[in-house]
Order: sequence, then C-alpha cells, then structure tokens
Amino acid sequence: MCGIAGFHGTPDWDADHRAVLAGMVAAVRHRGPDEQGCFLAPGVGLGHARLSILDLAGGRQPMADEAGDHCVTFNGEIFNYLELQRDLRARGRRVRTGSDTEVILHAYAEYGVRCVEEFNGDFAFALWDKARDRLFIARDRMGVRPVYYTRVGGVLVFASEVKALLRVPGVRAELDPVALDQCFTFWFPLAPRTPYQGISELPPGHYLVSEGGQVTVRPYWQLRFPDAAEHRAGPRADGRAVAEELHDLLVDATRIRLRADVPVGAYLSGGFDSSAVAALVKTFTDRRLCTFSVGFESPEFDETAQQQEVVRSLGTEHASVVCTAASIGAAFPDVIRHAERPVLRTAPAPLFRLSRLVRDSGFKVVLTGEGADEVFGGYDIFKEAKVRRFWARCPNSTSRPRLLRRLYPYLPGIQGQSQAYLEAFFRTGLTNPHDPFFSHRPRWQSTAATKAFFSADLAASLKGYDAVEDLRGQLPADFGRWHPLCRAQYLEACHLLPGYILSSQGDRVGMAHAVEGRFPFLDHRVVEFAARIPPRLRLKGMTEKHILRESVGRYLPPAIARRPKQPYRAPDSQSFFGPAAPEYVAELLGPAAVARGGYFDPAAVAKLVKKCRAGAAVSLRDNMALVGILSVQLLDHLFVRGAAGLAPAA
Amino acid sequence: MLTQEKTTTIEQRVRAFVADNYQFGGTAATLADTESFLGAGLIDSMGVLELVTFVEDTFGVRVADDEVVPANLDSIAGVAALVRRKLPADEGARRAG
Repeated sequence: MCGIAGFHGTPDWDADHRAVLAGMVAAVRHRGPDEQGCFLAPGVGLGHARLSILDLAGGRQPMADEAGDHCVTFNGEIFNYLELQRDLRARGRRVRTGSDTEVILHAYAEYGVRCVEEFNGDFAFALWDKARDRLFIARDRMGVRPVYYTRVGGVLVFASEVKALLRVPGVRAELDPVALDQCFTFWFPLAPRTPYQGISELPPGHYLVSEGGQVTVRPYWQLRFPDAAEHRAGPRADGRAVAEELHDLLVDATRIRLRADVPVGAYLSGGFDSSAVAALVKTFTDRRLCTFSVGFESPEFDETAQQQEVVRSLGTEHASVVCTAASIGAAFPDVIRHAERPVLRTAPAPLFRLSRLVRDSGFKVVLTGEGADEVFGGYDIFKEAKVRRFWARCPNSTSRPRLLRRLYPYLPGIQGQSQAYLEAFFRTGLTNPHDPFFSHRPRWQSTAATKAFFSADLAASLKGYDAVEDLRGQLPADFGRWHPLCRAQYLEACHLLPGYILSSQGDRVGMAHAVEGRFPFLDHRVVEFAARIPPRLRLKGMTEKHILRESVGRYLPPAIARRPKQPYRAPDSQSFFGPAAPEYVAELLGPAAVARGGYFDPAAVAKLVKKCRAGAAVSLRDNMALVGILSVQLLDHLFVRGAAGLAPAA
Repeated sequence: MLTQEKTTTIEQRVRAFVADNYQFGGTAATLADTESFLGAGLIDSMGVLELVTFVEDTFGVRVADDEVVPANLDSIAGVAALVRRKLPADEGARRAG
C-alpha cells in the first residue's frame, strides 16, 4: 500500500518541478514510509511513497519497463498478479520481478486501458505512456483506494490524498457548499465531487485519460443487478448449491488476499463478517493468525465478550485497544486531517487507534469483513425498508407496523419509543413505494435535519438545491426495474461504501499508520455473484445475510454464526465534553471561530454546545450535528486556513 | 378555566424549549403553533423523550406511556393542550403563570 502523486502537462510553476513533486510525495508519506521515489520527464512527473509488501527488493516505484516506454506509480494490490504473470509470460512478455506493479506495465502494453478489466485488486495507479504522451489513471471497482485530481494552468495534478494537491502552486482548498449539503444529507459527497471546490475524485470503477490536453473519465465496471422479473421468472435457485459455490469463491477471494511478503493479520469486531474471514484464514491455510480488535469502556458499544469467544474458538493470537470517549476526542483532529472530509459520527476514530495498534504490533496488512453487509444485505436499513414496504401495501393495518419493533434492537431510543411514535418516524415516504429512494428516505430526512445549523449565507447559497434529486440523476437507467432490496443495496454499495465506509472509516484511518486493509467480500467476483443471487436468499424473512451464513457459518461458534447484526458504533458528542474535554473543541466551536468559518450559525452552535456540555444531547440528530460541525470546523482550520502544515501553496 | 393570557404562557414555555433544544435559534423559521415537529425535522426518537422530560419537570405532571403519541407531543399546540388537560385548572393557572 502506498501513496501516489504526480502531474501531466507542462507546468509554469516558478518552483522547481522536482521539489513540487517531492513535496506532494512528502504529504502522503504516512501511506508509504518505507521508500519514496520520483520520476520526471518532459511534461510528466510521477511520485511514490512506498509501503513494501510484495517483492520487497524488486518493487521500487515509480517503475518503468525495460524500454522506458511506460512508467507507473501504483497504490494498492493486484491480488491475481501471479495468474496474470503466467498469462503475460505465455504471451511472450518478459516479466522481471515478483511484484504486482510490473504486471500493470505489461498488462497495459498488452491490453491498453482495458488492462484494468484483468485486475482483481484494490488499486489506484497512474501510468505514463511515453509514445502517446498519455497519462492513464485508474481506480479499483469498489473504491477501496482513493485518487484525487484537479487541473491548474492546463496541468493535470493527481494524488492519493487532497493534502498532496495542496502542495502544488495555485491549488487552494475551499469548501464546496454543495458538498457540505450532500455530507449533511448522505454522510459523503457524491463522487466525483469532493468537499473541495475544483478538486475531483476519480469515482470507483472508472479510469481517466489525459492526452493532448484533454481529460476524459470513463467507467469500466459498474455494479448491476438483474431485473426483478428475472428473479421471479428464473429457475428457483437451489440455496444449498448457491451457498457451496459462494463458499468456494470466498475461500479463493481470501486466499489471494493473503499474498504478501510480510505477515498478514485480521480485524475481529465480534460480529459475523470479520469472524468469518478470520475463520477462512485459519481453516484453509496453515498460517499463524494474529487478530486485532477495538473495545470500548462503555458497555453500550463494547463487543469484547464476542471477540474473545471467536479468539478462543479459532485460537488466534489477539491484541486489542480499549477506547474511551476522551481518547476519541483526542484523536479526532488527526482523524479529520487524514479523512479530509466531514464526518457525522466519531466511528473512524477508534479505527484510527486500532490501526496504530496493528502497526505497533509489526503488521502492515489486515484482512477485514468490510463489505459483507452491502453485498449480502446485512444492514438494518434493508430490513427497515422491507417492513415499511410490507406496511405500505396496507397502510391502515395495525398489525403490520408492529414489525417495526424488531428493528434496531441495540438502539434504546427506538426500543423505548411508543408504537405511535415508531409509526410516525417510519411513515416517511410510505405513500410512495415506487420512489427509487423508498429505502433511504427516513434516514436521509433525519440526517438532513442537521442542516438547520447552516449559516444564513450557506443556506442561501444552496437555495433550490436538492441533494437527493442530484443523486437521482446519477442512478443507472435500469435501477427502477431492480428488486427493492437490490436498489437499497446499490445505494449502500456504490455510495455509502466508497464515500464513507471505505474512505473515512477505511483507507484513511488505516493508511494514517501505513496499514493496508484487504476485503475478501469486496472481491469483484464475489460482488457480481452475490448480485445474481435471488434477494430472498440474501434477506430471508428478517434474517440478514442468510446465504452468507449458510455458506461459511459452519466455521464459527454457533452463537457468533447466529448473531444478529450489531452495527459498529462509538460514543459521539460525549467524546468532546466532560472533564477530559480537548481544548480545541471550545476553540473551534466558539462563536468567533464559527462566525469566521461562515458555514454555521454561531448562536445555534452555541446552544447545541451548551446542550452537549450538559450531557443532554441524546438524539441522533444532535450528535450527528455536533460531530459534523466540529469536523467542518477542523477542515476549515487545517485545510482552508492552512494550519498544521496543510496550507495551500501561496 | 385558564385565561387566554395563562394559556399563551404555557405555549411560550414550550416554544422556548423547542427553540433552545430542537431549533437552536438557527436558520429554521419560527414554528406555527400547530406545525408538526416531525414534519419540520426537529425531533427524532430520543427527541421525544427529551420533550416528555421537559413537560414533566416544568409542569409537574406525569405523562403516561399511552400518552406519548404524536397527537399530544408533535406540536406546540398539542403539548400545551396535553399540559392543560393534565393540570387541575387552578394548578394549571398557577404553574403556567
């Protein structure tokens, strides 16, 4: 895993080009502390910060081919590189090293931009084709690895993180009002939009070509589901056969993700998904396995008992870090410096601390269960939509909405609610079951309530803008023909997953300590296979991830195999107040700082802070608002105003 | 019966609580007495519990479980009506004042 940076075009920077490129690499050095390298030729610069995982001696980057026709800087892993090496050798290509980086060079020479279709991996790379003076940038299908770009003075500049772009003369960080609206509705900006005006993200499954002064961006892979009619009309799938095929696929997806010349560990949350991945490693390899967990001081969030049960059952060597609210508050500015985007929950902070534990334990790579909920239908929102849809068929029924009681068993606020209020909350959008966003309306409406804190100026600049309508414009043409579960899964897998889970809560907090996450459930073969499985085998009745449990549950202790989904959560507003309150909170949320930023209403924020300080902020909205406001204030402080060395270049 | 003046005072207290704890005096427009808290996005599942606690502490009444329904707690007018119903007339007049 690594950090990449570079440019394409002829800059008119006063500064030395190599020094600018080196500065960009230095900004992402945390992603690759083992080695740094730069390649410069007329009209192109490629930089690399390396975390050595494969072919420790031969995998230096940027890497050029023997003739010097192509040069690549690469962040990530091509897990099927051994198979590709064999294929490429069979085609007469002379593969010199044992690294996956070289495979990209040969595959591009062989297949051109379509080479990405051959790769099974998590990657973001930039490859310079000398003969065509073309820069080719590509990103993996699910959006595990990031890459950002902008144009300045006709020059394309790109990097793994925005902070590297800010080292380029003429690139400045200004927060984008529309992105803020999206973050305070969905939790993320809609790619290619980023929180920063003029800076874009290459969307997952896309590639970019810069050639002849033109930049074009195209998709090469998109998640698609069969029409709902196909599920109904097709032969009735044999659940057992599907489970066995999935089993073999998951074993292989895990096996190729163990390829590394350094030890590979695994995260254990105590839930089904990460336990299943750890169990597959233990069952199908003879590796010693080290596992790592987050624990919480507060029993409301802690899953230590379940983690220990898995550790005992699988016999792993285990280490954990216990998070307190104060430790989350203390880590939060670093988390935002790495995440580079607003977050409305503190959940990335414990994972930031966990990756430090992993790194301190001598590991660079961990397997995790990320993606199973999106791919196999594990989130509660899928059950919620199913109950609401059932209710919508008979909206006057008194028995159907009683199923709402079965949702969110771990949320006392929901469980303590009267039936009348439960129905009132979940009635949002009930009269329009054909709405493409039927599944997500209550969640987005509840999150969007946080926009009441926007300043009058920010609200005025957004007048007439509707983030949900914006998203509607990005939906695939056949979206409306998919089964409702598939539609909801698409929104989670193609938006929340890359926009928040894999970025703020994934790549960024892992790479902050140079730890690479690998996700067997996000192997594109698994994702494509799961999309074709009949929805009733994914969410069977109210049992989430049914087919996954059937497939690999056999390797787990029964209590874990049957355990219902317990979402990963962390203390929110309470992390920033109380006796151990970090000093920056009062500073950044004070009326002067809030007014200076201009994003929020200072009087409203003051009242919210007062409520939080009194320990009275118990609602989801108040907590999301507080964390979101604080994160935006931190972004303004760190990136826009340029504290902590993140100043835009003058 | 409560006088018009006393009734308005109950509503003012509820309005002030809503402004401080749900609206935060931000850019949200002033609520009409009958406007739905849910509809305006001011309240979520825990927000209702806050409102019940406020009513109980401020007006010295107990809100029964079966009274925690939107008809009683989803607008300023609804909350005020609930309070008025639960308070004896003379007690209501005293507390409301």
